[in-house]
Amino acid sequence: MKRHLLEAADLDRADATLVLDTAAQIDQALAGREVKKLPTLRGRTVVNLFYEDSTRTRISFELAAKRLSADVLNFSAKGSSVSKGESLKDTALTLEAMGSDAIVVRHPASGAPHRLANWVRGSVVNAGDGTHEHPTQALLDAYTIRQRLGRLEGVRVAVVGDVLHSRVARSNVRLLHTLGAEVTLVAPPTLLPVGVGSWPAEVSYDLDAVLPKSDVVMMLRVQAERMNASFFPSAREYSRRYGLDARRMAALGDDAIVMHPGPMNRGMEIAAEVADSARSTIVEQVGNGVSVRMAVLYLLLGGAPS
Amino acid sequence: MSVLIKGARPYGEDVADILLQDGRIAAIGDSLSVPGADVVDAAGLVALPGLVDLHTHLREPGREDAETVETGSRAAALGGYTAVHAMANTDPVADTAGVVEQVWRLGQEAGLVDVVPVGAVTVGLAGERLAELGAMADSAARVRVFSDDGHCVADPALMRRALEYVKALDGVVAQHAEEPRLTVGAQMHEGDRSARLGLTGWPAAAEEAIIARDVLLAGHVGARLHVCHVSTAGSVEILRWAKSRGVQVTAEVTPHHLLLTDECAEGYDPLFKVNPPLRTDADVEALRAGLAEGVIDAVATDHAPHAVEDKETEWASARPGMLGLEQALSVVVATMVDTGLLDWRGVADRMSARPAAIGRLDGHGRALAPGEPANLLLLDPGTRAVVDPAALASRSRNSPYAGRELPGRVVATFLRGVPTVLDGKATR
Repeated sequence: MKRHLLEAADLDRADATLVLDTAAQIDQALAGREVKKLPTLRGRTVVNLFYEDSTRTRISFELAAKRLSADVLNFSAKGSSVSKGESLKDTALTLEAMGSDAIVVRHPASGAPHRLANWVRGSVVNAGDGTHEHPTQALLDAYTIRQRLGRLEGVRVAVVGDVLHSRVARSNVRLLHTLGAEVTLVAPPTLLPVGVGSWPAEVSYDLDAVLPKSDVVMMLRVQAERMNASFFPSAREYSRRYGLDARRMAALGDDAIVMHPGPMNRGMEIAAEVADSARSTIVEQVGNGVSVRMAVLYLLLGGAPS
Repeated sequence: MSVLIKGARPYGEDVADILLQDGRIAAIGDSLSVPGADVVDAAGLVALPGLVDLHTHLREPGREDAETVETGSRAAALGGYTAVHAMANTDPVADTAGVVEQVWRLGQEAGLVDVVPVGAVTVGLAGERLAELGAMADSAARVRVFSDDGHCVADPALMRRALEYVKALDGVVAQHAEEPRLTVGAQMHEGDRSARLGLTGWPAAAEEAIIARDVLLAGHVGARLHVCHVSTAGSVEILRWAKSRGVQVTAEVTPHHLLLTDECAEGYDPLFKVNPPLRTDADVEALRAGLAEGVIDAVATDHAPHAVEDKETEWASARPGMLGLEQALSVVVATMVDTGLLDWRGVADRMSARPAAIGRLDGHGRALAPGEPANLLLLDPGTRAVVDPAALASRSRNSPYAGRELPGRVVATFLRGVPTVLDGKATR
């Protein structure tokens, strides 16, 4: 493992598999235990440095660090020195001076975790940077797929929605490719980046054509406000062409699963009966997020499992 | 005052001595000898006309923490320049006779290069109404180049009027070609890398669309147009087409667009954030070919000093721009001379004669010949050195060439016969 987890490309196949296997070991170790806590990172300090509101990601990392017995500091940009104009660098040096061993960073600017990694000695974990990457989301998605389908090699994954602005899509394309899955991106052309042709993924504008050939359908959050910048004409038209409703879900194979990184726009990209169906892994993804983030922190800070 | 330069090679050609007297080149010939003259040993050095920059940001007034007219002038002299055009996007904006005269006077006081102010096209660079272009032209600063650089004159009707109006001033509008609606939030060249890095793309078409529009407008009203920092292969094609139709259009390319590509954005170091952005290998190749061919008339630095805190940030928060004055000639040697695309006369044409003609600077850009103003530089083309930002004369440190080995060292620069640089060091 590298010292930081900044993007999915930091993980080769062996590293990525190690994270997933470690998460599975952690799940086993904690299963049925009354006290869901491991002593591994006792005395270490993990800082959650969040420049964007993201309660679910922050509490997932917080829980992961606490279950490993680390001390956790939550540093939110709001109401702190950051809102008084302190630079990212000064904040990083301040946290390091206080003895942080790892910084988990969420930032609206793509590449902010890369900058941070230049300025601190400890580990940096990217918890989502702008429209770039969200590698632990991809890891928990891969973990969930493997748990449900028993494999990743050759699994056909459709990633549907606002690929252009999605850090989840970028991390998933890279990581799933590393792990041997076959990714197809499905979106209106306006929501695909120029240059998407160089990604290790197929591209389609036609959701109905892709669904029967998919083992996994990963729906991305689409912000209705995008229609104001003419990425699509209306929420209704988007939903008609790219939303996953019960009719479309029926086109899926028997074992196919439906994923969503959350938070969902029910009725926009995903219908309620799909989100709540047996195919949906959305709640499992949340639980698996904690295990995978424990594995990441453990491997970055605690070394390989003995 | 007399200076006798011994054993230089004018334009890299035959060895000759050059005598500078009373601000002019008095003689060029073999074994000149003048009692009492200061002798400069120039054995092995190439003599070129003093360079002229059409595009420099000196930051004064307003951001004297990043650069001043004096520090920028020193950087220019060390780069072999004898004249620089100071862009108008200062604070306050150079959109009145008062501000351009202030900048001009500061340049005269520094005395290292002729600082030629550029006037803003529109009041406050806001793109809404014309600044008093005539007042700036008639001022002591004698403004001939007008630009809202940093902003595009995006309104086509306003651009047309500006092009027409400056005809009466023998002026030229230097356009920052960037369609603003196509570059909202843009961070880097739009292509494979921007897609992967998750940085909002700056499409080549946003530059090309404005250049295409403006050459049509310039042709229609019979005015002069200059295009700043051309960065794409498509722009070169449009310029070639326009010139073939007789449009009075000139264009410049920066050293960094001749050398660097969007690969530099990997790692998110905002040192490499610049507007227009670094493009692809194919663009670099087309720009070099366009400059060699003369479709691109000039190399202009777009020297853009920024304080450390404006660059030591996340990519999206960083200010765009990079230093250029002190390394421009070295980059041209690396990309154009060492590659065989330009000889030394070609370098003199693109970095001195043509930019001086575009800016209507009578005393610059002249040939190395007896009777001409003694504005020249001596270059050691054989020396290679690693660029050390800490050693730069600029007040800022945002050189994209940091740590890079580049050929060529400016040994001496003369402004009207007076050395501004000797032994590679500024004389004041």
